Amino acid sequence: MTAALGKDLIGLERLSPDQIRLILDTAEPFKEVSERPIKKVPALRGKTIVNLFFEASTRTRISFEFAEKRLSADTVNVAATGSAVQKGETLVDTAKNLEAMRIDMVVIRHASSGAAQFLGDRIRSNVVNAGDGKHEHPTQALLDLLTIRDKLGRIEGVKVCLVGDILHSRVARSNIWGLTKLGAQVAVCGPHSLMPRGIEELGVTVLRRVEEAIEWADVLNVLRLQLERMEAGFIPSLREYYRVFGVTVERLAKAPRALTVMHPGPMNRGVEIDSRVADGPHSVILDQVTNGVAVRMAVLYLLAGGKPELADAAKGPAAGGTD
Amino acid sequence: MAVAVIELAHGTDDLVLIGIQRRGVELAERIAKLIEQQEGVLVPRGALDITLYRDDLQTVGPKPVIGETRLPGDLTGKHAVIVDDVLYTGRTVRAALDELADFGRPKRISLCVLVDRGGRELPIQADVVGKVVKTGPGDVVEVQVAELDGRDQVDVVRGARQ
Repeated sequence: MTAALGKDLIGLERLSPDQIRLILDTAEPFKEVSERPIKKVPALRGKTIVNLFFEASTRTRISFEFAEKRLSADTVNVAATGSAVQKGETLVDTAKNLEAMRIDMVVIRHASSGAAQFLGDRIRSNVVNAGDGKHEHPTQALLDLLTIRDKLGRIEGVKVCLVGDILHSRVARSNIWGLTKLGAQVAVCGPHSLMPRGIEELGVTVLRRVEEAIEWADVLNVLRLQLERMEAGFIPSLREYYRVFGVTVERLAKAPRALTVMHPGPMNRGVEIDSRVADGPHSVILDQVTNGVAVRMAVLYLLAGGKPELADAAKGPAAGGTD
Repeated sequence: MAVAVIELAHGTDDLVLIGIQRRGVELAERIAKLIEQQEGVLVPRGALDITLYRDDLQTVGPKPVIGETRLPGDLTGKHAVIVDDVLYTGRTVRAALDELADFGRPKRISLCVLVDRGGRELPIQADVVGKVVKTGPGDVVEVQVAELDGRDQVDVVRGARQ
């Protein structure tokens, strides 16, 4: 018996370690689908999925769209600009109108923390959180977990340090939940002004200097420094940030063991990460992108369909394992 | 069965054995070994997981675990022999045929099963059959193979399914 995921995927905080493992294990065979001559399986044929992106996104939106199309779902993209949202329509009204057109799933990206949960509680369709404010970005953390497992063969006991703007990062939050649930050791490292107070309560260690992080970790997950943070006065300047926290070749050369460097993108080369690191042998940044499609296929596949009331009827011969 | 497969294919040229996850994969492997002993040729083998092509995905409760799919190159022009443990409703084979079509255009596809238990719901028949067993819908046919289960055994349990 597998651990079902429920109706929505809002964040990793609420998933059990078994549910997280189920998603990672399900993603494994989906990697192969993207290598086929015909990159498509009929698993979600007839399902309609709306990608509701209220915030700019390239990688995540395209990755979801590929995942949906490779599962044969029909997809519609809605961006905040150019839609009725600009005319003042509320989130729930937008979603209810979409639902009236008989959709099955909504993938939502929104600037407000809690938007995905809010929507999931109000519509019948499955809701997948593609990033909500500073709350969570579960599929990003799942693809990070899958990439770590691919590279190191395990997650339990692996030392992972998140470097950068922890305060504003939903990627950091989802990673901390996912990693700690699967038994990794987690540290965070960044400027004092970008470190949430009480972060230790989530079971992570705070490292003040990036050199300490490099000495301690097996994996560095370098977070994007959003340029708006400088304008808001969290850091003095981008150059200063790079000088103190930049992950550079010179710093990595002092690592006592083989180090894997990840980045959720989009990268600011020369701010949080040195170009030579991003393109160098430590980097698995493009593997993360490849794994993103497989993980999202797994999530959509696990959430979709499976009407429980029909399950019994289907437990005839065709559902048996030996036909 | 290995002999029957060679006869069916008129030799081993272009022959590809494709096992359906999970027991079919082991059976395909065994047939390949027997053919190798007899003919001195190791024919290419593949594994196929048909879960994502099932026609009841919208209705099954907990999602089935998906196994590995790995095919030995392009199937165009090959003679693909699908190998499975039990042939029953034919729905698994239907799914396998659909899936194989996405990997090229074999010149011929045949079906080889260890047990044919009757009860077809689709117009599908096997080309090579190990044993025919008459069963009803309440019966369960369980195939065990040494590689996965520690022993080779076929059980027919009458009235096991309600």
